Amino acid sequence: MMLIRDSVQFAIQAIIAHRLRSFLTMLGIAVGIWSVILLTSIGEGVHQYVLAEFTQFGTNVIGISPGKVKTGGQPPTGIPSTARLLTMEDATSLKQLPNVIGATPTVWGNSELSANGRLRRSTIYGVDADFTKVFSSSVRIGSFLPADNIGGSRALIVLGSKLRKELFGQKNPLGARVKIGGLHFRVIGVMAPKGQFLGIDLDDTAFIPTERALELYNREGLMEIHVIYKKGAESSDVASAVKSRLKLRHGAEDFTVTTQEDMLKTLSNVLNILTIAVGALGGISLLVGGVGIVTIMTIAVTERTNEIGLMMALGAQRITVLFLFLGESVVLSALGGVFGLLFGVVTAQLMQWLLPSLPVHTPWSFALIALLVSGMIGLLAGVMPARKASMLDPINALRAE
Amino acid sequence: MASAEALIRLMHIHRTFYLGDSKVNALRDVNLTINQGEYIAVMGPSGSGKSTLLNLLGLLDRPDSGIYHLAGRDVTTLAPDEQAQVRSKHIGFIFQSFHLVPRLTAAANIELPLILAGINPDERVQRVKQAIHEYGLDDRAQHRPNELSGGQRQRVAIARATVMRPTLLLADEPTGNLDKVTGEEVIHLLETLNQQGVTLIVVTHDQAIGARAHRQITMDDGAVVTDTINNSELITG
Repeated sequence: MMLIRDSVQFAIQAIIAHRLRSFLTMLGIAVGIWSVILLTSIGEGVHQYVLAEFTQFGTNVIGISPGKVKTGGQPPTGIPSTARLLTMEDATSLKQLPNVIGATPTVWGNSELSANGRLRRSTIYGVDADFTKVFSSSVRIGSFLPADNIGGSRALIVLGSKLRKELFGQKNPLGARVKIGGLHFRVIGVMAPKGQFLGIDLDDTAFIPTERALELYNREGLMEIHVIYKKGAESSDVASAVKSRLKLRHGAEDFTVTTQEDMLKTLSNVLNILTIAVGALGGISLLVGGVGIVTIMTIAVTERTNEIGLMMALGAQRITVLFLFLGESVVLSALGGVFGLLFGVVTAQLMQWLLPSLPVHTPWSFALIALLVSGMIGLLAGVMPARKASMLDPINALRAE
Repeated sequence: MASAEALIRLMHIHRTFYLGDSKVNALRDVNLTINQGEYIAVMGPSGSGKSTLLNLLGLLDRPDSGIYHLAGRDVTTLAPDEQAQVRSKHIGFIFQSFHLVPRLTAAANIELPLILAGINPDERVQRVKQAIHEYGLDDRAQHRPNELSGGQRQRVAIARATVMRPTLLLADEPTGNLDKVTGEEVIHLLETLNQQGVTLIVVTHDQAIGARAHRQITMDDGAVVTDTINNSELITG
């Protein structure tokens, strides 16, 4: 039997003998691999970007919202709900569960604030002292809302960094008075800048005690309770503990528990499917490249019928002829794959450099798969022509013009 | 003649082709015994079955019936891959149109049977070098076939046919594409190989070349008509 090294060398000789033709065929595969890599790089980049956006508050968070919903999203506002409300006491009770580090009852709304002779409409969050723990945010100056007892919340306010700048400029806001609706608040702190989350400015905010927010918005119940648990604790364990505690308090499961982990998992799955889908789009051009290889190998077999007859006369077994032509199409395809890979990685890097805001990340597993796939395509594309070559009758092959 | 050590024994070989609807009897009851080291010319008009006989001897074709013994072994029943092995080790082919691989250099063409037989590269280099030297192709080794003259091409083809040191050399019109002088040279080369012990079977139209062989076989319509040894003894087939 012929040695593998010789088969590969023979294939390369045949490929070099038709430089232009081989190059164009390789180009077909190269463009396919290139587009797969580029598209999956963008897909993976978006994936990582979105996940980073969602995990910036920490991943060990559980959200509890009133009303039992089987699908996602908030219950429609304005429509009366029979669900029992989530209360401040519920939140306090959850704080005592094992593994739970903190729980913050949350109410939010949009209101006009006036201070320092200026007016600004901002998002107001009614939270408690655990907020900084739950959303891993920090205070720049002053302090955050103190842990007051239920019923004894003072009218204090902590400003987001942007809101502070808009209302007070460079002046020290600590101790200043801010009016929201008919209520007066005293500024005790300013948050560190947090940036944007999916286009929402997290710094154009104000934080007041939950009880004051319920009063401000004239609400009976909380909009959500956010629970943070110890890192390393099973999210499902904590979630079920939260569920049984609230069921005990409410008598029925009239609330919805969403763990951040579940949400991220679902999100990650969706984004993965997205990446695979765009990768498959690139795969179509790879398929076209594969058809190009079938074409060129079929032509090669026809052109070299004489040579095949000669090889058989010289003692080549049918399987050797099969392997020679298979080898040729695999080498052709794999070389195209390598070129496409290099070109794809270079383009992805270039994009990252030219458009830093566009998230691009080359998943190496995809690159490797693309390379293997190009080899497989070569193999599959080569089977038909190579089989044809190995089945030739040596006498007719020798006689062919 | 029918000694046990005969290299080739053909017994009642029949081979029929179908060209469209018509039946062609390429070989009709051919019986031949060829000893090791013989020099045979096969002659006859076109379509008389010469080439079919040669292909059959070279295991490129199978008889419809009959038995072919090569070196005491029945090769008619061998599997295609076993036949390929026999061709690789024992049979050398020389063609009228040379059949050199155009993209390969003279040296690489000569190396081809060694590569196909899976011989290791070090030994290959040695054997190719020796063959190139023996056939006076030293300064042509790195040329491609289209850069060689007809005679040089056939020398490369002969070097390729003999590089595996076969016992049987089959030449189909080896001088058909060559001028008279070059043809003479090639025939001389083949005769030298025969003198070294290789069994040589040449299919030719050329009476002059045929006459130089030690044994002439004439064919017509698929049958052996005459089988003459040393231009004197006559055996009818």
